[in-house]
This record gives sequence, structure tokens and C-alpha cells, in this order.
Amino acid sequence: MSLPIQISPQAYDVMRQHAEEHFPDECCGFLYGHDNDVSRNIMQAVPVLNAKEGDKRRRFEISPQDYMKAERYALQQQTTLLGVYHSHPQHPAIASEHDLKQAMPYFSYVILSVMDGKTADIKSWQLNEANTAFAEETITANFKL
Amino acid sequence: MAQLIIPTPLRKYTANNATFTTDSITIEQAIEELTNEYPEVKPHLLDASGRIRSFIKVFVGEDDIRSLNGEQTELKDSDVVSIVPAIAGGAL
Repeated sequence: MSLPIQISPQAYDVMRQHAEEHFPDECCGFLYGHDNDVSRNIMQAVPVLNAKEGDKRRRFEISPQDYMKAERYALQQQTTLLGVYHSHPQHPAIASEHDLKQAMPYFSYVILSVMDGKTADIKSWQLNEANTAFAEETITANFKL
Repeated sequence: MAQLIIPTPLRKYTANNATFTTDSITIEQAIEELTNEYPEVKPHLLDASGRIRSFIKVFVGEDDIRSLNGEQTELKDSDVVSIVPAIAGGAL
């Protein structure tokens, strides 16, 4: 069972703007913050390039170079790389089979549903202990969609 | 000694250590040393035949080992080796 996840208003604004600007393509980025005994706290969202070649409306990919930069950034800033966000244009914020295939343990996968260019929903997912399926994380946030 | 950077999602299998130092002389030996030290990380790095999984990339500095000598790429003392998981997905 994963910790409830708190998303700062600043991090949410970055994700929302990024997702809406790139509609109808998928956008993606990294999430930083820290875990404590009672919650996972996402303090910062940092957009990165969707490196998927071709149609980006149903797929995203982050380059290995951007991933290495993200790990270095976390070490330098003494923060923790907690996960990845991406958007689902014209689709619900439900993790897909394709999301599951490439998911890593521990990471939170935050998904924003963007309908007709506006953010309609946000959900977060994490692999279960057996790494066989996604479990939805409870988002506790002081922002409004 | 070369230094391996463990990606954050796999650190729960390496006693939360972010780095692993090794005097192995090839990538293959370094990964073997890492998985011997931390057996729980092995299924996340290697497939059933003992090769590096397809969705894991390994970089020496800024160079993908696939553009070098693969798992037989030799390591120097000053090398920093990054283990990089594929990050991808999508709506359908």
C-alpha cells in the first residue's frame, strides 16, 4: 500500500499548463520531492521533451539523456526523483496496459486527463508490491481542477 | 574504482544506496558484482538468460554501451556508469 500523495499547487500548475499547451499531444515530465512517514510530497514538476518519434497523441517517451539529467539534478538538489507525469489527451486519467508494460517500481505515475484542451482529471498510480499491476494512489491536494 | 549510479526506482533493492563502487573491469562484471551484493535488484536488471533487460540502458559517461563494446565495454577508474530505465507510456 503506497502513501497518500500530496501535490503542491505549484507542481500542479506546471503539469496542467504543460498538458494543455501540448494538447492534443501527450506531454511528460519529472516529479521531485520527498517521502515522509505519512505521505509522499511532490513539490516540483519539471517538463521534459516528449521524445517519442512520430505520433505523440497516444504515446510519450523520455530520452535516456533527460533521465540521467533528472537523476543528477535530484542528487545535486538533495531532493528525490519520485516519479513521472504525463497527459492523456481525450482519454481518462487511467493507467493503460502500455503504461504498465514499462512502469518501474517505486515511481508515482501521475496522469492528467485533458479533454478538449482543458484538464479534466488527475490521478496517480504506482506498481503494486509484486510489480504486476497498478494501484491508484490517493491524492490529497489543496488545489482545484 | 568506477562508480555505478543506481536509478531511484531500484534503490529499494540496494539498501537505498544511490551509488555502487566497483573495481570490475567490464560492464558485465560490474553488473554481476552489483547483483551478487544486492540479489533483489537482479530481476529488474537482467533477463532469464542473464543479459541486460531490453528496457534498461547502460551509459558510461554520456555513451550508450551499445555504441561501445556492449556488456564487454571496459571500465576505467574514473568512469561513471548510469543505469537508465526506459520511461515511456501512453493512453492506449
